[in-house]
Amino acid sequence: MQNLGLDVFFKGTNFLRLLDGLWVAVRISLISVAISIILGIAVGVLMTSKSRIIKVVSKIYLEIVRIMPQMVLLFIVYFGSTRVFRWNISAEISAIIVFSFWGVAEMGDLVRGALISIPKIQYESSEALGMAASQTYLYIILPQTVRRLIPLSINLITRMIKTTSLVMMIGIVEVLKVAQQIIEANRRVSPNATFGVFAVVFLLYFLICWPISRLASYLEKRWA
Amino acid sequence: MKQSLLEIKHLNKAYGENIILKSFNLKVEKGDVVVVIGPSGCGKSTLLRCINALEDIQGGEILIGGEPISRNAKNISTMRQKVGMVFQSYDLFPHKTILDNVLLAPIKVQKRKRNEVEKEALELLGKVGLADRKNDYPRQLSGGQKQRVAIVRALIMHPDILLLDEITAALDPEMVREVLEVVISLAKSGSTMMIVTHEMAFAKAIATRVLFLENGEIVEESKEPKAFFESPQTERAKKFLKSFEY
Repeated sequence: MQNLGLDVFFKGTNFLRLLDGLWVAVRISLISVAISIILGIAVGVLMTSKSRIIKVVSKIYLEIVRIMPQMVLLFIVYFGSTRVFRWNISAEISAIIVFSFWGVAEMGDLVRGALISIPKIQYESSEALGMAASQTYLYIILPQTVRRLIPLSINLITRMIKTTSLVMMIGIVEVLKVAQQIIEANRRVSPNATFGVFAVVFLLYFLICWPISRLASYLEKRWA
Repeated sequence: MKQSLLEIKHLNKAYGENIILKSFNLKVEKGDVVVVIGPSGCGKSTLLRCINALEDIQGGEILIGGEPISRNAKNISTMRQKVGMVFQSYDLFPHKTILDNVLLAPIKVQKRKRNEVEKEALELLGKVGLADRKNDYPRQLSGGQKQRVAIVRALIMHPDILLLDEITAALDPEMVREVLEVVISLAKSGSTMMIVTHEMAFAKAIATRVLFLENGEIVEESKEPKAFFESPQTERAKKFLKSFEY
């Protein structure tokens, strides 16, 4: 059988380093996801406002996030802000800022969509039963919104985890960067490591994202 | 003078420039089954929505048991409990079981004890033939079954008057009957109701009073529904009723 180059994992602490890198990626995404969900819900509720100003501002925000490649945002925040404003933001904080900036916009849009997708008759039939506005939200609107939201936001979470691979471009040593380092260091002794190491990286991403994705489709079915 | 259960005085309702109801007056007494008919856009549904304060009104007054009901008043919840409403589309709460749909408002709004309300809920669900579906979700029920649950959900609040807004308009013909039979048995038991419907045979069978509306005004009113449906007095009503014949 062809040498897959898996031997490099048994040299020194290579495999542990790779897991460390994975943890960096997961940590950045977890923090960003938490921020995105909390602020995103607030932004989403705001987006349903009838105010023209809020509508325009949120539209511009959303479009910027959609159009701008995440990597450009990373460069602006990490390199750009240091030059222009003399801010010394660490790479990891920069990454969290960019990912949250992205996540809040997308999450906000999901929340907005879920909120407006609840038919007006649901509000009315609740009101007609004498329920106060707060009770209508608490017992009728929010539970339905959350059910619609969870599969969609889980999808956003997996996309965020995958996109963290970009942060190596601003010098964060996450799983993909560690993988490259291992391959570089062993280029002469085990050239095939370039396959084995990346395959393992693939597997690690898969092991993290797959259960999340399964959870999404499970919830989608249960609450259909 | 005796207090009417529902009294509407000079009600004006408009959407912007579009006037729906013009200085509308009506008195409904206990035990009345008022059927409201008329062409689309005549304001009949809007009338019901105003009585339940789902619409802002531009003038006039709606009194239930002598007390005004208004969207922005503090006592709106108490007032709305006196008025039960069932809508055209199946408006059950999709995330709750049939039983929870029925129990929610009595427990949360009227603060009644769960076991006491549950007993009544099962009794009422039994009357509409759905007690065995109590743990199902609305999506598992047919349109007619959902509509019967919606009636139970309104009844359990013990409203003084029940408003039915085209409750069979979205149903298959076979399901229409099962829903209307429930309504007829309610009428027999003395419930006060206002019914907007396009089912003329049903209207004829159940009404104690008929209102024929056009352009937000009562064109013809009759306390002899049988006579009205056989020989309406106004030309407009004649023409309207004729449109149901083939």
